[in-house]
Amino acid sequence: MLKKIDKRTKNNFITYAMIIIVFMVVQILLASQSVSSLMQGLLVPLCVYVILAVSLNFTVGILGELSLGHAGFMCVGAFSSAFFSMCTKDVITLGGLRFFLALIVGALSAALFGVLIGIPVLRLKGDYLAIVTLAFGEIIKNIVNTLFIGKDSAGFHFSLKDSISMNMEPGGEVLVNGPQGITGTPQNSTFTIGVILVLITVFIILNMIHSRDGRAIMAIRDNRIAAESVGIDITKYKLMAFSISAGLAGAAGVLYAHNLTTLNASPKNFGYNMSIMILVFVVLGGIGNIRGSVIAAVILTLLPELLRGLSDYRMLVYSIVLIVMMLFNWAPKVREWRERHMPKNLLKRKQTARGDK
Amino acid sequence: MALLDVKNLGISFGGLQAVNAFDIQIEKGELYGLIGPNGAGKTTVFNLLTGVYKPNEGIVKLDGSDITGKSTIDISKAGAARTFQNIRLFKELSVRDNVKVGLHNQYHYNTVEGIFRLPRYRKVEKAINERAMEILKVFELEGTASVLAANLPYGKQRKLEIARALATSPKLLLLDEPAAGMNPNETKELMDMIQFVRDKFDMTVLLIEHDMKLVSGICEKLTVLNFGEVLAQGVTSEVLNNPQVITAYLGE
Amino acid sequence: MSFLNYLINGISLGSVYAIIALGYTMVYGIAKMLNFAHGDVIMIGGYVSLLASSTMGLSPLLSILITVVVCTALGVIIEKIAYRPLRNASSSLAVLITAIGVSYFLQNVALLIFGANAKSYHSMVSVPAINIAGKMTITGETIVTVVSCIIIMVVLTMFIKKSKSGQAMLAVSEDKGAAQLMGINVNKTISLTFAIGSGLAALAGILLCSAYPSLTPYTGAMPGIKAFVAAVFGGIGSIPGAFIGGILLGVIEILGKAYISSQLADAIVFAVLIVVLLVKPTGILGKNIQEKV
Repeated sequence: MLKKIDKRTKNNFITYAMIIIVFMVVQILLASQSVSSLMQGLLVPLCVYVILAVSLNFTVGILGELSLGHAGFMCVGAFSSAFFSMCTKDVITLGGLRFFLALIVGALSAALFGVLIGIPVLRLKGDYLAIVTLAFGEIIKNIVNTLFIGKDSAGFHFSLKDSISMNMEPGGEVLVNGPQGITGTPQNSTFTIGVILVLITVFIILNMIHSRDGRAIMAIRDNRIAAESVGIDITKYKLMAFSISAGLAGAAGVLYAHNLTTLNASPKNFGYNMSIMILVFVVLGGIGNIRGSVIAAVILTLLPELLRGLSDYRMLVYSIVLIVMMLFNWAPKVREWRERHMPKNLLKRKQTARGDK
Repeated sequence: MALLDVKNLGISFGGLQAVNAFDIQIEKGELYGLIGPNGAGKTTVFNLLTGVYKPNEGIVKLDGSDITGKSTIDISKAGAARTFQNIRLFKELSVRDNVKVGLHNQYHYNTVEGIFRLPRYRKVEKAINERAMEILKVFELEGTASVLAANLPYGKQRKLEIARALATSPKLLLLDEPAAGMNPNETKELMDMIQFVRDKFDMTVLLIEHDMKLVSGICEKLTVLNFGEVLAQGVTSEVLNNPQVITAYLGE
Repeated sequence: MSFLNYLINGISLGSVYAIIALGYTMVYGIAKMLNFAHGDVIMIGGYVSLLASSTMGLSPLLSILITVVVCTALGVIIEKIAYRPLRNASSSLAVLITAIGVSYFLQNVALLIFGANAKSYHSMVSVPAINIAGKMTITGETIVTVVSCIIIMVVLTMFIKKSKSGQAMLAVSEDKGAAQLMGINVNKTISLTFAIGSGLAALAGILLCSAYPSLTPYTGAMPGIKAFVAAVFGGIGSIPGAFIGGILLGVIEILGKAYISSQLADAIVFAVLIVVLLVKPTGILGKNIQEKV
């Protein structure tokens, strides 16, 4: 009994150690100037994608629901925090404190959206839930694109049409400019902060999984009717999982927003394209496998950059690699072949419960 | 006062009366059997008693409190636990974790305490673990505690389902065809175990079964269900010798 | 533009969505998978027909024929190589992700061959526009699109009901294992499903580009998503559902663009979907399957 607890803690420890070691290696490389500016620019986005992947894995792998709108929560977190930072730029001059508050604003707003969306959505069945979450992601992105918020001495102004209909005084400042988004967000994100957020995310998720709440959530995933029969409040735990996942995605959004001078809700970075990209990380890393999500997010983000040599062909190669990896990992006939030629590998895989990494 | 007191329970689905005027009284500590031909409505009765279906008429009282029409979760908290005809285990969880889920409402700490691993988390988790292993020992499953539930052989899966139900500290245990798919040896083992559970945990058991050896072996009283209605009720030996019951099972 | 005009445009756009949705719903109902690459087959259909008619100078009829053949073959090949090996995988997400990979693949192949710049498309439709009482014009494209959609619907429904292959498809959609035991060749049936779906996608591509003549490698993606929404809206797995869902979606989109806001039109479409699903979780014509306890 004690051995098992140690095994799990050891497993988790490996994950944390991995992240910290990579961080230290990168810091050394940065200090010795051996990192290209291209790679430097990827450091914060890498952290963003890792947080998104780990949080989505909580919904997909632990709660067992397919959410295709994860980018929507990132969007909520990004815009709410950027708006907050813009508004308090002159009031709270201590950058670190302001960013910390922005983080809370972003994460809580996203978590709130998680609850609001979760209440109607989580009672839908599988594929319907998938399409509705996708729809919500698109709606959020769309609405943010038509949002105009401005501030003048009279207070805040708001419009869904254009900046002129806000009827602001000449000295008024347009904070959110529709499709042009928010400009001038203080750039508080750093790689160090990113890694800290990654560690916090992994800490929260791993500890949730190995707790009473986590077991309840996984029980719902495995057999909802049986979970009900032992007295587990299905709605409560589904909402809990969904909103924690959303809140963490919101935090990723905050990190993302404070890394750019301009923040806008383009289809590429907040639409279903992003949601699907994160899902690919999750599936490739292993559904329910948190460490796998971290690794997959890093590799699959770096891969297109590493393939830059192939320039025009790299996305093509990326898609082929994706298809081949899926077939290699999941096709039953391929797995049988692997079992015959590498028996130990596959046996080990089937023995760990989903969620134990 | 009977532990389970059911009067006039009934439900119809789209015009078809699946269960009609169902009465049953089970005393505390009794080992009670619900039998009848296939399609008689036995699982429907279980579903009515455990909140999966809401009855159209009737009253259900468990240990004096009215649980008619309540939700599955409330009924579980009121003290009724069940197993299912087609085993419903948490397949991707370990054997031990399946039981721990059963213990969900018996031990508490909140989410924050869980995430930050506060002292209460450690204390309560230790207690949960000990209790889970205790329960597994009763069912001789402690050796497979870390095994994935899906990887257990069939007979052990059935035992695990009962162990999980027991973990909820119920007053009434409802077993739906616990011996289904078992060979005679496994059935004998199961019979001993059900009686052991009843004796050691002061349990009241209502079980659905087709296996007559088990029914006549351990059930003290029986209710026979046919076409959704009670055909016969009473002491096992009398009921099994009732000519109407024999006809219902063997046909005209 | 009058309300009637918008309505007709909506029905026309909706017809295209319906044709695409048919492919989605058939593949989902029979092969039990979400073919994410379906929208991109439409895009391929657009490019192939453009290649055939503009570059090779073939007649519209011949171009359409070639496009349908190419897309049908493409669909069957994709199914055989990328989807069939994963049919019995332990998670249904596996084939979904692979479909996403195929989608990226098709988009990038098109990007490499044709470039990112929008190509202008020559309408394949030679039916003249109708002018009604001098007040309203219905374009030839609109007429052909709506009529094609209706014909396809009727033919498909009859095919499923009357032909042996159609009945086989129904059987596989109900219970793959049982169908196999009854001697139905499940592989061939699923291949046929993909063939029909992809052939329809080819037609949808031609009709879409004829009405909205700008073609890029990403042209198929959004209509693909919307058509999937339409299929779910109408009740996934239901052919009349795909039809109703598609038409309704097109009408809502065009009316939304016209009367509320062109930016928010997409949001409105999705919002309607959400409202419908909350009221009837299995879609308008969807079947309610109760889980057995």
